[in-house]
Amino acid sequence: MSAPSATAPGKIETPFRRLVSEFVEDRLAVLGAVVLAVILLVALFAPLISPQNPYDLSKLDILDSRLPPGSKSMDGITFWLGTDGQGRDMLSGIFYGLRTSLAVGVFSGILAMVVGMALGLTAAYAGGRTETLIMRLVDLQLSFPTILIALILLAVLGQGVGKIILALVIVQWAYYARTIRGTALVERRREYVEAAICLGLSKPRIIFGHILPNCMPPMIVIGTVQVAGAIALEATLSFLGIGLPITEPSLGLLIANGFEYLLSGKYWISFFPGIALLITIISINLVGDQLRDVLNPRLKR
Amino acid sequence: MTVFMVRRLMQSVVVLLVMSVIVFLGVFAIGNPVDILISPDADQLERERAIRALGLDRPLWEQYFVFLANAAKGDLGRSFVFNEPALRLIFERMPATLELAGTAVVLSLVVGIPLGLYAGLKPQAATSKGIMAGSIVGFSLPTFWQGLMFIMVFAVMLGWLPSTGRGQIGTFLGIRSSLFTLDGLAHVILPAVNLALGNAALIIRLTRAGVRETLLQDYIKFARAKGLSHRRVVGVHVLRNILIPLVTVVGLEIAGLIAFAVVTESIFAWPGMGKLIIDSINQLDRPVMVAYLMMIVLLFIVINLIVDVLYSVIDPRVRLQDVKG
Repeated sequence: MSAPSATAPGKIETPFRRLVSEFVEDRLAVLGAVVLAVILLVALFAPLISPQNPYDLSKLDILDSRLPPGSKSMDGITFWLGTDGQGRDMLSGIFYGLRTSLAVGVFSGILAMVVGMALGLTAAYAGGRTETLIMRLVDLQLSFPTILIALILLAVLGQGVGKIILALVIVQWAYYARTIRGTALVERRREYVEAAICLGLSKPRIIFGHILPNCMPPMIVIGTVQVAGAIALEATLSFLGIGLPITEPSLGLLIANGFEYLLSGKYWISFFPGIALLITIISINLVGDQLRDVLNPRLKR
Repeated sequence: MTVFMVRRLMQSVVVLLVMSVIVFLGVFAIGNPVDILISPDADQLERERAIRALGLDRPLWEQYFVFLANAAKGDLGRSFVFNEPALRLIFERMPATLELAGTAVVLSLVVGIPLGLYAGLKPQAATSKGIMAGSIVGFSLPTFWQGLMFIMVFAVMLGWLPSTGRGQIGTFLGIRSSLFTLDGLAHVILPAVNLALGNAALIIRLTRAGVRETLLQDYIKFARAKGLSHRRVVGVHVLRNILIPLVTVVGLEIAGLIAFAVVTESIFAWPGMGKLIIDSINQLDRPVMVAYLMMIVLLFIVINLIVDVLYSVIDPRVRLQDVKG
């Protein structure tokens, strides 16, 4: 899909421009998109904008630990969101945590999408035994909640960034596979596919060049929802102590670190990373929600 | 119907067997329980005796068949840690989890369906927009953080509700549950609401989406044209049709809630199966892990079966015999 950018001059209606104009009809969704863009920028430039490098132990002062939001440090930095048990600036910790959480969520989402699409398209096109095998696997997996599968996998695999990404991919691929198979089965009976077959195009070219682009709208919708789900799941697993290792703290681990201080009223150590996590997930869901409404032909009158 | 049931039951047995292999292999590939259960000071002889007693010296496939044969007799091994039958441990803790999940399901339905109906019938109203915005928040809130915030606000700051444990347990009609005492009820509120919130949001969104799609259908226009009251159109024609996706999702969600109870139980120190499984993962208590997972698999298979049957009762278009085997 070679879509020109929305700011291009002229009034020719392209699918992409129509999508944008329908998307901006919902102010909440636009807000979500803007917030999401800001979050992505923050995560991307975390080392540049953080007041402190939270993982440089030489910069930390134990005398600064557990300070409430707005306190000043020994050497004059203001901790806008307070500090944790090690005297780490929460704001910087959150910036770095966002980076880890987003990277894990987005990367595993994309990987799961690729795997799911490949298997789903194979199932739709190959038919027969292959299809039965793949779809049975999908059914089997979808009948179990994601957290349970992830729990088992991580218990088996152990901890680590690569392992949690693997677990997230295994948990998510089935959603993509099921959806794209359904869409592809419909699309392959369309006239343009028949035309492509009559033109003598090769099978891979028909599948990837013609059918795949037309299957993309539902994939995009599922993709946004799944990435949000992956971020939340990773945070949950890290909170339970079976997710990311302490060397790469995501938002979930930051929240877990604050659990012990919560009962003594030191709320900020858990509270602010949670807010960051919540805003991230909400903005992704808002965007996904509007995309679903825009891309769903059944809601068009 | 009978053919369908038989076929489904056979399928279920196959799924159960496949899962038993996966669970067994998966769980038994983690670390070596010998190192954890036997003190490092033990001499070679003691070690070997312990290994033999636990059956860990036999080849893996043999261990599996022993496990399968025993499982058929309802024996899923003894917990390494508690030295009690694993299944009994699970059953001891199951009522607490079911009580929590059941309360959460009822809460989410009672809140979710009416709000979803309203938002679907009046999509432009400000209240509906508010409901939908709220549902996005509820949907997006990570359960564990939400639980922490509940504890912070209602237990630490306001001091209204207890934050840990199950409280006093009452007996009514032979069923023991903390729902029957005031103290128990106070204990169940926070964890149940915590568990229900995300689910309620999902039900709101599903109901609204179902209503919006159903309202555009011709038979609704026809029902209106026939002069049926608004109440009847919504209460019978719309509601019945949105029930179909709802039943499926609610069925799966019950299963999901039981699984997600892992998180809520850990936070609120609720003595259920979820807390047991997290503890056993950390202690490498393999028989308990296997027993828990097999029970969950069994539970899910039963729930899925019930959902399928209910589906055909609600939606006459679904002919169970036609379902491909």
